[in-house]
Amino acid sequence: MQYKSQSVAKPYFIAAIGLFIGQILFGLVMGLQYVWGDFLFPAIPFNVARMVHTNLLIVWLLFGFMGAAYYLIPEEAERELESPALAMLMFWIFLVAGALTVLGYLLVPYAGLAKLTFNSLLPTMGREFLEQPTITKIGIVIVALSFLYNVGMTVLKGRKTVVNLVLMTGLVGLAVMFLFSFYNPDNLVKDKFYWWWVVHLWVEGVWELILGAILAYVLIKTTGVDREVVEKWLYVIIAMTLITGIIGTGHHYFWIGTPEYWQWFGSVFSALEPIPFFMMTVFAFNMVNKRRREHPNKAAVLWALGTGVMAFLGAGVWGFLHTLAPVNYYTHGTQITAAHAHMSFYGAYVMIVLTIISYAMPLLRGRAAANSNKAQVVEMWSFWLMTISIVFLTLFLTAAGILQVYLQRVADVPLPFMVVQDKIVLFYWLREIAGLVFFIGLMIYVWSFFVKGEETKTA
Amino acid sequence: MSEVLTKTMARNIYYGGSLFFLLLFLGLTLHTEMKLPERDNRGAITEQVAHGKRLWEENNCIGCHTLLGEGAYFAPELGNVYTRFGNSTDVIKGFIKGRPADGIPNRRSMPQFNFTDDELEAIAQFLKYASEINTTKWPPNIQG
Repeated sequence: MQYKSQSVAKPYFIAAIGLFIGQILFGLVMGLQYVWGDFLFPAIPFNVARMVHTNLLIVWLLFGFMGAAYYLIPEEAERELESPALAMLMFWIFLVAGALTVLGYLLVPYAGLAKLTFNSLLPTMGREFLEQPTITKIGIVIVALSFLYNVGMTVLKGRKTVVNLVLMTGLVGLAVMFLFSFYNPDNLVKDKFYWWWVVHLWVEGVWELILGAILAYVLIKTTGVDREVVEKWLYVIIAMTLITGIIGTGHHYFWIGTPEYWQWFGSVFSALEPIPFFMMTVFAFNMVNKRRREHPNKAAVLWALGTGVMAFLGAGVWGFLHTLAPVNYYTHGTQITAAHAHMSFYGAYVMIVLTIISYAMPLLRGRAAANSNKAQVVEMWSFWLMTISIVFLTLFLTAAGILQVYLQRVADVPLPFMVVQDKIVLFYWLREIAGLVFFIGLMIYVWSFFVKGEETKTA
Repeated sequence: MSEVLTKTMARNIYYGGSLFFLLLFLGLTLHTEMKLPERDNRGAITEQVAHGKRLWEENNCIGCHTLLGEGAYFAPELGNVYTRFGNSTDVIKGFIKGRPADGIPNRRSMPQFNFTDDELEAIAQFLKYASEINTTKWPPNIQG
């Protein structure tokens, strides 16, 4: 660690991991509710567990992104962070606001929470992933603005590299697109149309810039490959991301009341969306093959390579699987979507945050370059357990989805939703088992932080 | 990567490509906004329907159901529930009203929301409005 202020990243990373655990626990609750319908009913109905599951995911990834930015931007800009104190203040505000929101979901009926937080003044609640009370949304904007000011000033006054400029573009984009969460017209079609400007243009747009920048940074650091080479790759990857991803939004505009030409725009451009993810994989392996040094942090390199592969599989392949309009006509809103969502979020965003944590955390904890060999072995075990279990979880959901599509939408005598759900329950059981293995992997991951052993020396 | 492509070229593709497709997207958005009145059933959005949408949101229905295929996959699609229930708002209201407060042993069950009659009517009217949006013949059949 070259700059003292980089240390503000540490609490962000710890909070991210803590919330990650919560996310998975609620995932297990939901998985159980799929097979044991009245589990925890009516105390924690499915919709509440789901809100907690998805909102915790978003919040911990945001903690991860902010931690990543606080860690790498000073180093890239070659100066101390503009205001470490502001970063710490925002950390606590974000954590407390996040905790209160989740407690609100769990302790108060959702309609009561809406009343309590004056949703009627500016109704923004009750839309998927944007369930946060309006006041929480305003809090998120304030935290985001202070954060952008903090890292933005650091970049402006310091060295501007492609990595920190791309990261800044992604982060500014993240904040700007979130503003559409405040637009909630009575017209359901318009509501849905602009809702995607937050959701799609986040995960298949600006977040990919953040992902690319963090990946490029870690690869520069661990492989010692010339920055010029890495930066060129980064530009090409994010160019392809936005060239395909912006119009690719159209793959959400097939069946929600929007004009039919979106079937063409959405199908063609989103069919190209795997390209930037494929390039990320090639990029990561290429840089590691051309490495000029053996970085002692093998675990971080593994996470970086894993991000490329799993993002391509989850976002690229599983996305393509159901993105063409004639296919999507049958798969839209089924377990196929859920399968894709799980592997893409894990492969792209969970893994990139774990990559930067893996790289930065040993340095933040005062190690010379990496954790002990023993700790790294444990961490790599967790990598394989989580990665393999998410692959299986995705395969089981895909199987459930294919059966669901056939029985409910294709068969000569289509069956009602709930009848179909009963018929595919075996795959929900298997999914829950895969989820349990994932949780064990996560516990081993946490354990890896407490494994001692002799430190690996810098190569 | 090949030496033919320089970093400056890569950067220009990024800026130029992104800008072009962003503008195209905004253009298509504008065009969509112009076309929507023919498809989005906006004429049916009464105060009651808007109230129904608010109730839909403030009870987080999307946390279990899909609506036009978007939402959670734990409970049936509701974009066409009005037609599935025989073009009847009464059946919708009866169903919501009849949910047991303590659930059904071992089964998934919708919570009992204790809606008033006005609220039930608003929700049912909202779902009727949603079912009459032109979704290009989606879902494929009545089962949603």
